[in-house]
Amino acid sequence: MTDQTAGQDMIAADGMPLKKSLAKSLQREKLRALMLIAPLLIFVLITFIFPIGSMLFRSVENRIVQDTLPKTVAALRDWDELSGELPDEAVFAAFVEDFIVAVENKEHTRIGSRLNYEVSGMSSLFRKSARKVKKWDLAQDAPFRDKLIDVDKDWGDPVTWSIIKTHSGKYTNGYFLNAIDMQRTAEGAKAQPEDKQILIKLFIRTVKMSLIITGMCILLGYPVAWILANLPARSANLLMILVLLPFWTSLLVRTSAWKVMLQNQGVINDVLVWLGLVANDGRLEIINNQFGTITAMTHILLPFMILPMYSVMQTIPPSYLRAAKSLGATNWTAFWRVYFPQSIPGIGAGSILVFILAIGYYITPEIVGGTDGVFISNRIAYHISSSLNWGLAAALGAILLAVVLVLYWAYDKIVGIDNVKLG
Amino acid sequence: MKFTKTLLATTALTVAAGAVAAQEMTIVSWGGAYSKSQLKAYHEPYSAKTGVTIINDDSSAEAVAKLRAMNEAGNVTWDVVDVVAADAMRLCDEGLAMEIDADTQLAPAPDGTSASEDFGDLLVSDCFIPQIVYSTTFGYRTDLVGDTAPTSVCAVFDLENYPGKRSLEKRPINNMEWALLCDGVAKDEVYDVLETPEGQDRALAKLDTIKDSVVWWSAGADTPQLLADGEVIMGSTYNGRLFSVIEEQKQPVAMLWDAQVFDLDGWIIPAGLSEERKQRALDYIYFATDTQRLADQAKYISYGPARASSAPLVGKHEELGIDMAPHMPTDPNNAKNTFLYNYEFWADYRDDIDAKFQAWLAK
Repeated sequence: MTDQTAGQDMIAADGMPLKKSLAKSLQREKLRALMLIAPLLIFVLITFIFPIGSMLFRSVENRIVQDTLPKTVAALRDWDELSGELPDEAVFAAFVEDFIVAVENKEHTRIGSRLNYEVSGMSSLFRKSARKVKKWDLAQDAPFRDKLIDVDKDWGDPVTWSIIKTHSGKYTNGYFLNAIDMQRTAEGAKAQPEDKQILIKLFIRTVKMSLIITGMCILLGYPVAWILANLPARSANLLMILVLLPFWTSLLVRTSAWKVMLQNQGVINDVLVWLGLVANDGRLEIINNQFGTITAMTHILLPFMILPMYSVMQTIPPSYLRAAKSLGATNWTAFWRVYFPQSIPGIGAGSILVFILAIGYYITPEIVGGTDGVFISNRIAYHISSSLNWGLAAALGAILLAVVLVLYWAYDKIVGIDNVKLG
Repeated sequence: MKFTKTLLATTALTVAAGAVAAQEMTIVSWGGAYSKSQLKAYHEPYSAKTGVTIINDDSSAEAVAKLRAMNEAGNVTWDVVDVVAADAMRLCDEGLAMEIDADTQLAPAPDGTSASEDFGDLLVSDCFIPQIVYSTTFGYRTDLVGDTAPTSVCAVFDLENYPGKRSLEKRPINNMEWALLCDGVAKDEVYDVLETPEGQDRALAKLDTIKDSVVWWSAGADTPQLLADGEVIMGSTYNGRLFSVIEEQKQPVAMLWDAQVFDLDGWIIPAGLSEERKQRALDYIYFATDTQRLADQAKYISYGPARASSAPLVGKHEELGIDMAPHMPTDPNNAKNTFLYNYEFWADYRDDIDAKFQAWLAK
């Protein structure tokens, strides 16, 4: 029994106020839970969050210019890049000093490559100039302005110096601007020339096609999950094996199999021509375009949709449907008003899985997508492996992550994230 | 007591295993028929001679990115890497590859010529040890191109006489040069024209005339498969793959050597290796790039050896018994009109032109 007087807090058996005691014991519970997941949390932090975070950080980090050419960057601060005139001798002298050090440390081509992402020609400019400049002596060979322009006429072009100055900050928004088809110039952010604008188009296409694939998976997966959930256990298990079998086959094998099926001279076209439905020279173009990507990816991602839906449907008692019908509902009404709302958590879980996987895929679109079924992930892969523009790749990845988070938030608002179950 | 004994035993075993594992090296290459030819011609004889186990890794397509990442992490796990010349120059520039002195670290020719003379102009970079000369060229279906077999690369752009699909690589390199060549630009002016935005637009306009009939490939094995399936009537790929499809798989395909683009493929040794691993890598390179070894590789794949002294030693294919010399890209009959990959140009303009090319592809 507790002692209670009007306006005073309730007191627990050991004399402490009840509220405090409750809060303390809840805190202890939370701490205990935290201790239990601490190993996993630390593991995920170290192997997942830190590396990915550091990779995404490259999208704004631009220390290379300042670290390789510190004196040049400092000297350029006084130069007005919009004047159209060359910087003065102090800048040239500072640059030669920095450059000689950079050549010794073998850093000159790396900065040339970095600046080459902004303007073509910087890479060879830095590489070629190194050969002559590294032999110069700082004290004896001054003044450097005309000498450097002699080495390569591009040093006499204000644009070269403008590029160095515009991209000299330790942190830059240049990569993010590039990721949305703009570029960072001396006059601020400007749109990229039209014939190079591709990334926004690819983003929109990626999201659109991922939504279509998710929709197709829902339409095709729901009946399968229904059958699996409502058949007697033996037949259901057999059918389940059939659903899981492609799951265990390698991704590349499945994608290549689709190539064989969908090609112009492939199985489907041959069968249609044999049946007389399609003329021999009017064969269907069902690969190397968006149709091919959607078909192959729906097939590959279907198990991810079927399994969550199946496990949720298994928990829906069949008595509800029977009760609805006994109260006079038609088959359709019983399904739509009683069964379907209970299966929405499974659809939600499956959709999230399928959508997030689809948006990041790049092997399948690369192989069967041709040119209009390609995703943004292909560009990210190109920038990581071939052009080595990791800043741009990180910016594209960060934007993709943001898009997924925004869609997740929207999903939460519309359907509710608590309305997601895996069984 | 029992616990300590087991602990000591396991530690001893691990140390022993570690000592045995020390006689290992990781060699990275491209996979497929090419890796197989290296396995037969280099790895197996080397392992037999020295007892070193060679672990193969097929990651050469990502070599530059991975080496850069390894270098940043301070943990280089590869010992020898096979890369194309453009990648080798990039790696050398960034200090990710070790510099090699051809005369002291590579084997001289049997007649005494120094290695630097034997390789000659093919030593395009200080860090690069050339292995083979390969070319990107076209193959065509002999039964699907009609009565006249194509002899010029401009047949690719000729939809009237050669209707049907073509396959081209999904990147601007080589395609832009061929487009300009067939648009009337003289061969020695191609790169000057391609430097200008108007030139680039001109090349894309020429490619636009066949765009609807092109299937774009990204892996070397795509075009041979497309040719074999009859999906395309002509397509570009590496000449060794075409040799494989023509001679080994006996498909009705023939080579169109006109305007083939030479490129070099060879070895680099990553920078930052321990002294022991470096010595082992150098020892392997010395063995694997000597005259006889390079000629041996030609027994398994139709890529030309990079050494001048290996050319007369090129014999017959190991399994098929056919003469390999006429199938080499460097054979005079095939090399009447060739391009050499312009490393300087593409190092500068690749990213820019690729952005335009991909935007054009996406239209």
